[in-house]
Amino acid sequence: MDFLRPASWQEALAAKAEHPSAVPIAGGTDVMVEINFDHRRPAYLLDLNRVGELAEWETAGDIVRLGASVPYTRIMEHLRRELPGLALAAHTVASPQIRNRGGVGGNLGTASPAGDAHPALLAGGGEVEAVSVRGTRMIPIDDFYLGVKRNALAPDELIRAVHLRKATGPQQFSKVGTRNAMVIAVCAFGIALHPDRRTVRTGIGSAAPTPIRATAAEEFLTAALDEGGLWDNGKPVPPAVARQFADLVAAAANPIDDVRGTASYRRHALAVMARRTLGWTWEQYRGEQQEERNQPCA
Amino acid sequence: MSTHQTRTEPAAAVAPGRTPTSLTQGTGGLTKGGIGESTLRPDGILKVTGEFAYSSDLWHEDMLWGYTLRSTVAHATIASIDTSEALATSGVYAVLTYDDLPTEVKHYGLEIRDTPVLAHGKVRHHGEPVALVAADHPETARRAAAKIRVEYEDLPVVTDEASATGPGAVLVHEGRDDHHSGHVPHPNIVHRQPIVRGDAAAAAARADVVVTGDYVFGMQDQAFLGPESGLAVPAEDGGVDLYVATQWLHSDLRQIAPVLGLPEKKVRMTLSGVGGAFGGREDLSMQIHGCLLALRTGKPVKIVYNRFESFFGHVHRHPATLHYEHGATRDGKLTHVRCRIVLDGGAYASASPAVVGNAASLSIGPYVVEDVDIEAIALYTNNPPCGAMRGFGAVQACFAYEAQMDRVAAELGMDPVEFRQINAMEQGTVMPTGQVVDSPAPVAELLRRVKARPLPPERQWETTEGADVRALPGGLSNTTHGEGVVRGVGYAVGIKNVGFSEGFDDYSTARVRMEVVGGEAVATVHTAMAEVGQGGVTVHAQIARSELGVTQVTIAPADTQVGSAGSTSASRQTYMTGGAVKNTCEAVREKVLDIGRRRFGTYHPAWATAELLLENGRVVTDGGEALADLADVLDGEVVDLELEFRHRPTQAFDLRTGQGNGHVQYSFAAHRAVVEVDTELGLVKVVELACAQDVGKALNPLSVVGQIQGGTTQGLGVAVMEEIVVDPVTAKVRNPSFTDYLIPTILDTPTIPVDVLELADAHAPYGLRGVGEAPTLSATPAVLAAIRQATGLELNRTPVRPEHLTGS
Repeated sequence: MDFLRPASWQEALAAKAEHPSAVPIAGGTDVMVEINFDHRRPAYLLDLNRVGELAEWETAGDIVRLGASVPYTRIMEHLRRELPGLALAAHTVASPQIRNRGGVGGNLGTASPAGDAHPALLAGGGEVEAVSVRGTRMIPIDDFYLGVKRNALAPDELIRAVHLRKATGPQQFSKVGTRNAMVIAVCAFGIALHPDRRTVRTGIGSAAPTPIRATAAEEFLTAALDEGGLWDNGKPVPPAVARQFADLVAAAANPIDDVRGTASYRRHALAVMARRTLGWTWEQYRGEQQEERNQPCA
Repeated sequence: MSTHQTRTEPAAAVAPGRTPTSLTQGTGGLTKGGIGESTLRPDGILKVTGEFAYSSDLWHEDMLWGYTLRSTVAHATIASIDTSEALATSGVYAVLTYDDLPTEVKHYGLEIRDTPVLAHGKVRHHGEPVALVAADHPETARRAAAKIRVEYEDLPVVTDEASATGPGAVLVHEGRDDHHSGHVPHPNIVHRQPIVRGDAAAAAARADVVVTGDYVFGMQDQAFLGPESGLAVPAEDGGVDLYVATQWLHSDLRQIAPVLGLPEKKVRMTLSGVGGAFGGREDLSMQIHGCLLALRTGKPVKIVYNRFESFFGHVHRHPATLHYEHGATRDGKLTHVRCRIVLDGGAYASASPAVVGNAASLSIGPYVVEDVDIEAIALYTNNPPCGAMRGFGAVQACFAYEAQMDRVAAELGMDPVEFRQINAMEQGTVMPTGQVVDSPAPVAELLRRVKARPLPPERQWETTEGADVRALPGGLSNTTHGEGVVRGVGYAVGIKNVGFSEGFDDYSTARVRMEVVGGEAVATVHTAMAEVGQGGVTVHAQIARSELGVTQVTIAPADTQVGSAGSTSASRQTYMTGGAVKNTCEAVREKVLDIGRRRFGTYHPAWATAELLLENGRVVTDGGEALADLADVLDGEVVDLELEFRHRPTQAFDLRTGQGNGHVQYSFAAHRAVVEVDTELGLVKVVELACAQDVGKALNPLSVVGQIQGGTTQGLGVAVMEEIVVDPVTAKVRNPSFTDYLIPTILDTPTIPVDVLELADAHAPYGLRGVGEAPTLSATPAVLAAIRQATGLELNRTPVRPEHLTGS
């Protein structure tokens, strides 16, 4: 196994072009587990730790450009307001030590359906900045996950950053594991309200071959909110609507029985999480609307 | 302080670079650090700062790395093994299979020698060792092992009682001739122990209520953090020096030496830093393999299992199915208990026979029941081998009988604690084995204490800024802000034996040396006790201080240059090796006083007349008058004694009736569990797990509380998460990693208030009672009882998984 240590982003891209089979490694919290368990022995490891800009983020307009290696700890500490769903998901990643090392780029590179960031990324919406010596392309997050541990990157591409829309409304993230910390998701659910567009987006983890959106549930809920004029009148979501939304989320999943849980439990838990997180986000939205209404006119 | 060599220092020619070192402990004050004080561990700071040398840190110049090739299937004939390609790999020094074993002794085992050193002709479980490789780099060894071609021809898999003893069952071991083979009803039953006392059938007729239940206990792993590891160094005399993490050096030695064809004195064993054990190091792992490779290559060989391999490198707790029938009269008196306990011993016997004896003899719990009909068996199957783990057969039984006690109480409309107290045993109670409990048994009092404790406040997650998810089921996974959360409270109490039972000649040896160093009388304690984290090294120094009046005590590394200390298991080490240290110290004290009388006896009449003690470096009368400094008494003389210590003898259980004074001592703990359950998602938060335990005498109160909290947490683990999942069709392990074998994190560990009683057992050193295991028993059923109360579900299986609570 050769260990490539590019000193700059340009060198990293050149190395990846020269050795397309090279596996990029930054925090190593996923790659090293695979290597230690002998699940894979790549011919080349491409160490990105000397590429400092990968661990930085910047905001421009309504977009956060989050470097691939920004550790989860920093997301929790600094981007709670801009990316609340992702910050909540970051809280559930493994242990404090691993959150200090791991970043979203690793989750995306591995593209495991159990990656904790995915439901939040899908719900929040955004694009993956994929770069090679040939140039840069923006891959919408909805098109990024292709199969079990397969993503849309070309062999010579590296993930530079993800471009995420700053939250315009409440976001939530819930994850079921069989212990109260440091656990791989049995299943997970992310939801983001987008009041500016009057839409709702969702993300499901660990309950299908890839992370997925529950699009039928989103469409149903978006229509129901519109129909009831709920975005404006600030009324609660009718229980029947919440139930239907939850059922559609469960129906969107395509889970399996495995050592971590049964398929039927996963569907059940997704429905519960969908109903609860919808309640939390909608109540927060209503509260914020109420506050706005109560503000005296300037 | 102790000194530690590190990797950066050049290694000596022969001695390994990182080896166990003596732990010298001074207290720097007068009469300090004796028994009853919470002196700190001598290795505590080293451990928390990462400086302590564990067995996986062992290193020797020019050493090779050993690797074990393991079976990929559970039950198969080995048609062929081709090692040629592996042997031809550059950097490989040796590849060994069964055919390379040097003597006629090719098996080992704790009680029954049924475990092949390397598989011969067939494999009986997933992960069984098949071949060994030694190479100059661990990666080279691993790759070479991957080139060994093993052809397996699958055999039918025995996985449960039906496939083990049903018609046409495949025999896991053919031609058994061990000492249990004559009395078991089927060759796939390792051992069977019935216990019959009174007339259960007649008593059942008197019962107003009869409750039956079937229970399942999953396979728990010890999950110690330091993986199996050791270093074997070939010696010039043709022998071998073995540095290893184990629980019982001399038991290892007895099993290793015959396989190597060496006399025991040429296999010199030294305990290396042990990262936990909990029963999982009673059986051999890499010991013989490392020695074989070292002797074959003439080079030191280190073997370290990784976490994945560790799950195959040691036995687990027996999974069990248990059938119980309890009867009681309207006024709450138990009439009878009938039960049948089936333990899955897996492919090899390990400690199964003794686990059967424990499960049977402790099967009804700490209650008075005169009419019982009990049967416990352990099966041979092709599942992973199971053996010793903290609680040892009593854990599985306690889970079932405590569930039964709750159900009978409910049938009677009685409070579950009151019902237990009505039936609680006490000093003088006769066990189902006929043994009279002849020391305090404060079962009702322990229950009273946990019940009297104020309950933790409700809805602790509520804060002014919303829900604190850390205090809720699901924790930071953010699954509830209070929705669906229901509280439950449950109680349980258990009984565990202390020490080795059933007529076993259980003894410990201690060597104590007293001399003057730098003008101060000091002591050295040398035993073969395996310090696995239990705190024996702390307690031995405390005993020596109390008995010999010295401040500075050195605990020599444990090795086989001194007599056996027995196993660090069965809650026995403070009783047994602690007892041996006390016993030897007393003899040393007499020698020292003899020297004193010889030298100074004429100067003061008290030398001849008074009861003399050693305190604060002086000889004093029981009235406190100082007669001489110990340094002056000893002058240049050295007192050095090695003595054995035994507990009261026990008896075997009758094979037909189970009668016999089988146990040395009993220990008792009670728990109250308070849980909050997210009833919609099936997630559990244990809020508090209060424990009350009688320890006879707390030699080190801090260690005692630590043991109780640790045992409690291990019991919690198997209540809500810990289970090795074995595929019921292939008998292969599905979750051999800490990714999927979950143990409690600190967020899963509740507040554990501990109430320690000290009711002395007159038969035991200082009146002490073994501590380590009892809390592991009752924690699990208490948590289950609390979850049952919260959910109203039966929950006859542990661990409880979320889908068991949601019904999905």
